[in-house]
Amino acid sequence: MKRTGLLAAVPEGPRGRLMELSREVSFPAGTRIFEEGGKANRFWVIRSGSVSLDIHVPGRRAVVVETLGPGRLLGWSWVCPPHEWHLGAEATSQVRAWEFDAAEVLSLCERDPELDHALLSYVVEVIGRRLRAARTRLLDLYGPYGSEPEP
Amino acid sequence: MTVPLPYRVVSNRAETSDTRTIELCPVGEALPSFSPGQFAMVYAFGVGEIPVSVAGLRDGTLTHTVRRVGAVSRALCEAAPGTWVGVRGPFGTGWDLSAADGGDLLVVAGGIGLAPLRPLVRAALSSPGGRGRLNVLIGARTPEDLLYREELGGWGRPYCGVTVDRAGPGWSGHVGVVTTLLDQAAFSPRETTAFVCGPEVMIRATARELLHRGVPAERVRVSLERNMHCATGHCGHCQLGPLLLCRDGPVVGYDQAASLLAVREL
Ligand SMILES: Cc1cc2nc3c(=O)[nH]c(=O)nc-3n(C[C@H](O)[C@H](O)[C@H](O)COP(=O)(O)OP(=O)(O)OC[C@H]3O[C@@H](n4cnc5c(N)ncnc54)[C@H](O)[C@@H]3O)c2cc1C
Ligand code: FES
Repeated sequence: MKRTGLLAAVPEGPRGRLMELSREVSFPAGTRIFEEGGKANRFWVIRSGSVSLDIHVPGRRAVVVETLGPGRLLGWSWVCPPHEWHLGAEATSQVRAWEFDAAEVLSLCERDPELDHALLSYVVEVIGRRLRAARTRLLDLYGPYGSEPEP
Repeated sequence: MTVPLPYRVVSNRAETSDTRTIELCPVGEALPSFSPGQFAMVYAFGVGEIPVSVAGLRDGTLTHTVRRVGAVSRALCEAAPGTWVGVRGPFGTGWDLSAADGGDLLVVAGGIGLAPLRPLVRAALSSPGGRGRLNVLIGARTPEDLLYREELGGWGRPYCGVTVDRAGPGWSGHVGVVTTLLDQAAFSPRETTAFVCGPEVMIRATARELLHRGVPAERVRVSLERNMHCATGHCGHCQLGPLLLCRDGPVVGYDQAASLLAVREL
């Protein structure tokens, strides 16, 4: 399988050490993988299928804000306190993924600066990308006045 | 052609709640033929004239998809079959499909930006030529804002993906900005030509992501929108730096557009 996302970003040596900590898991379509505010003690790299990220809106059904597909990192809230999920996640189709225990990975990172650097650089890039995407969407891009010039 | 010729609205149908596709037929003399990405100046009598891209080309008829944002676009959206309008054109550089020969073809559209790309996709499908894979990525605000729904199934070999900003009940597809679909598309960046049209923020975000993945800047072709008035390179309304977009655009390479798009407008 062609490597994309996290596994492509981490060099071979540290990738091997990271993968030793992985477990193969699968989620049937419709499974709630985690809930907003829950303890963020794991993360996943999606191998196949797709996962929607949603946000709870009082009195309404959860609003989907993003969809993740193969190769993408699912979950980054384990990196920094308060270690709680920012969003909820649901499998929108049958999902196969590698699952990692955050505590095990963080403790390996303490002993393995090469992995620590590669993994955290990747996670920071992902957070940056998702922040950019969120900001772009806040502009209500494709709306009727989306292409108005700046005031 | 700088003098408007009379065209008759032959059909007008709703695409979405604020967007309609109209088909125009020459009343007498016809304009020279348009190519994908070019635009016409369409005049709603007594209201005004606006630039509108060709969204479909069939011998003699011109198809436009128009979103209602102000007086003229409203008049066009409301023009019943039989109504006469004035049309000038063809104007602009258009999408150069042959630029994609020898490589993969990536079409990225945001919102109404899909309209000018439709003739390009159709041309690519009807003349496979020496090109590689065709990927079509479409971003819309909501599932209800998606254009040409019934056609999309036949687009994109190997991939045609749609993503929306806001999903409603019943939408099980992709949610997020259009660049997130790039992971699903199959293309070799160095040999890819990308054609991108949509709001300028979306164009910038898409172009940056493509460059980051290794698509050469001059192979990222973007269509830029500015206020147009004469469309013949005389009035200067459509100026962007050294370019007059009615004449040198609307399609330009990102190698040229990048620095111009970074300039704040006054
Ligand atoms: C080369 C080119 C090709 C174009 N192709 C198409 C096309 O295929 N279909 C189409 O619907 N439009 C297209 N447009 C945009 C279209 O020309 C404008 O929407 C139109 O000029 C608006 O005129 P109006 O009189 O209806 O609105 P105005 O009264 O001029 O504007 C009303 C309000 O809408 C805002 N507005 C104007 N234009 C836009 C816009 N494009 N998007 C969002 N808000 C806007 C204005 O800022 C204003 O607040 C194209 C523009 C160019 C330059
Ligand atoms: S619209 Fe007049 S110069 Fe371009």
